[in-house]
Amino acid sequence: MEHDTAGARRYPAKPADVYLFATCLIDQFAPEAGMDTVRLLEREGIRVHFPADQTCCGQPAYTSGYPDEARAVAARQLELFPEPWPVVVPSGSCAAMMRHHYPKLFAADKVHLAKSEELAERIFEFTEFLVHVVHFDRPDHGAASTVALHTSCHARREMGSHASSEALLAGLSRVKLVRQEHAEECCGFGGTFSVRHPAISEAMVTDKVQSLVAAGAECVVSADSGCLFNILGRADHMDRAAGRDSPSLPCEHIANFLWRRTAETLNGESA
Amino acid sequence: MSHPIQLHPSADFIARTRAATADKDLRKGFRGAMDFLQAKRAAQFPDPVELETLRDLGAAIRRHSLACLPDLLEQLEGRLTANGIQVHWAETPDEANAIVLDIVRRRQAKSVIKGKSMVSEEVAMNHVLEAAGLEVLESDMGEYIVQLAGEAPSHIIMPAIHKSKQQIAALFAAKLPGVAYTEDVDELIRIGRDVLRRKFAAADIGLSGVNFAVAETGTLFLVENEGNGRMCTTVPKVHVAITGIEKVVAKLEHVAVLNTLLPRSATGQAVETYQNFISGPRKPDELDGPEEVHLILLDNGRTQAYADREFRATLQCIRCGACMNHCPVYARIGGHAYGTTYPGPIGAIISPHLLGIGATHALATASTLCGACAEVCPVRIPIPQLLIRLRNEAQADSAHASALRGAGESHSVLGSLIFRAWALLYAHPAFYRMATWLMSRLRVLAPARQGAWTQMRTPLIPARRRLRDLLREPRRDAARDSTVA
Repeated sequence: MEHDTAGARRYPAKPADVYLFATCLIDQFAPEAGMDTVRLLEREGIRVHFPADQTCCGQPAYTSGYPDEARAVAARQLELFPEPWPVVVPSGSCAAMMRHHYPKLFAADKVHLAKSEELAERIFEFTEFLVHVVHFDRPDHGAASTVALHTSCHARREMGSHASSEALLAGLSRVKLVRQEHAEECCGFGGTFSVRHPAISEAMVTDKVQSLVAAGAECVVSADSGCLFNILGRADHMDRAAGRDSPSLPCEHIANFLWRRTAETLNGESA
Repeated sequence: MSHPIQLHPSADFIARTRAATADKDLRKGFRGAMDFLQAKRAAQFPDPVELETLRDLGAAIRRHSLACLPDLLEQLEGRLTANGIQVHWAETPDEANAIVLDIVRRRQAKSVIKGKSMVSEEVAMNHVLEAAGLEVLESDMGEYIVQLAGEAPSHIIMPAIHKSKQQIAALFAAKLPGVAYTEDVDELIRIGRDVLRRKFAAADIGLSGVNFAVAETGTLFLVENEGNGRMCTTVPKVHVAITGIEKVVAKLEHVAVLNTLLPRSATGQAVETYQNFISGPRKPDELDGPEEVHLILLDNGRTQAYADREFRATLQCIRCGACMNHCPVYARIGGHAYGTTYPGPIGAIISPHLLGIGATHALATASTLCGACAEVCPVRIPIPQLLIRLRNEAQADSAHASALRGAGESHSVLGSLIFRAWALLYAHPAFYRMATWLMSRLRVLAPARQGAWTQMRTPLIPARRRLRDLLREPRRDAARDSTVA
């Protein structure tokens, strides 16, 4: 497994245009995370281009033992980004798929391999892009809040973007970041793993929810929707089982969180 | 008597994981032990640059050993033979056991005392020796405990890690005559040692594993913490060592590097208490040591991994157990749930070559591919990548199945159909747009029960409007003329 660590990668100057690869989960299940990603980038003076033919990075098939199906889907995504602009991906896991695994997937296919290697250089996880390319620095307009950050395993171990997510939260003056126990441990999602091995997945996500609650987080922020759906779905289920009406562990994509805290309305009040 | 090896660990894997995750004591025990071992390892590698440099070096040494494996094995056999160590080759567990039984018969041995050896577990040697009427005693404290309990090791370095102090106290009181129940750990160890000390002197054969076999010198390198390994290899008149063919390294200096990584990665120790360099039987002018030393080199499917460019990395393993110590799945289910000699991430990648890919398919899928194992592996085995490859091999249809043992056995018609349909949808943007548009419109019909997902989570409901819909709507907040194209 390859690693990107902050500092090891060379970052371009802030561009005028970027592509957004929003991921299938955000397109269908969490579109507001995509919208806030666009808003945050536009506010920095960047035009965001959303290729309408985008679908999925192909990871579900790639990790489930179906490389041919993964290649069929991935090959279509390779065609989406003809201009030499950066491709911003608001998910560490999908970004890692496109940056590190596309070249492996196409190792035996010279044409697609060259394309995937070229694309890999332009793939940026969203918080990585905000920190290292945009040099994001906006005042915090939100109320004092205690949050925990959950970083996906691929964000942490393949993209190295746990550091950039942390840096963004550290830059918010009224946000207190608490660290849950076993913060670096997987939440138990793992794509098809979550339905193939439900007992193990349940044990992992239950432990994750409990550690986040124990840390005193009012809100859990993550740059990966897959983990968020897993953690939030489990926390909701536990709330319902316990007869609680209000969520004990609200979760939010980091794009939503950043926009909510740094957006200004016309009269200068926080959004 | 130790457990016979499961021939099809996949069969009841899900049931075993249900039982294991429901066992609160087991969960708490493993979590505590894993946290402790992770912290100890981390404390041994305070300097990340040193750690990464050592891992590079360790990986290079192991890759080099494998790159010239046939030559090194030949050289090893030559040097060992010159040193007076008898070398035996075993292709299968049965052959390995037959070699040991042959030595037993020739020496008319009645008892065997064992140091820790996972390869002997792999071939179920205790089972075979006991069936032949021999007394077999494990002398490693952890192995002794699991042997007393009639169990198999649940960890390759710490065999009894699944047992609490209280369970061990109860076990000793129940199984050892005249021993009273005590939870005093020092006392428990003293009790165990008393039993073992008496047996060392009487045993006819000492059996051990090998950490590294050095080709240039013909040396067997063996590490341990209890001194039992040295007793097993020096007190009985016959010493039989058994190891996999991949454990050979070219030079003695390679051991220095690998053993800088091994104890720190395994138990978080700077160095083991005992390092044994075994270079032959007792010489005529020497006062002690065994009269005979044997080495059994076992294949048991390793050559299959060796022959494959990608799977060969599996054999780089130095059996430190760091992958299982850091695995969130292992921490939840423990070692026994895997049903294989080698549990955890290394078990999931080596077992398919020992037992077949079909028989072990569930182990390869029982990973989130989180990468915690690869992050700590001292010899940089790309474990998640190998798990993905194993998943490909397991489910391949007959037209694509490789020659690897058990490839294609887990092919599922339904699974293939699902992913074919998935690819049809996601590789054709027009289909994808239609399907996702429908899902948004029919969101109120989203099922409340979504298979295993909703066994313990609330259901996933599509949003009213997709991102692509929201982006096409006029926006008050648009700061730039972004496009959907």
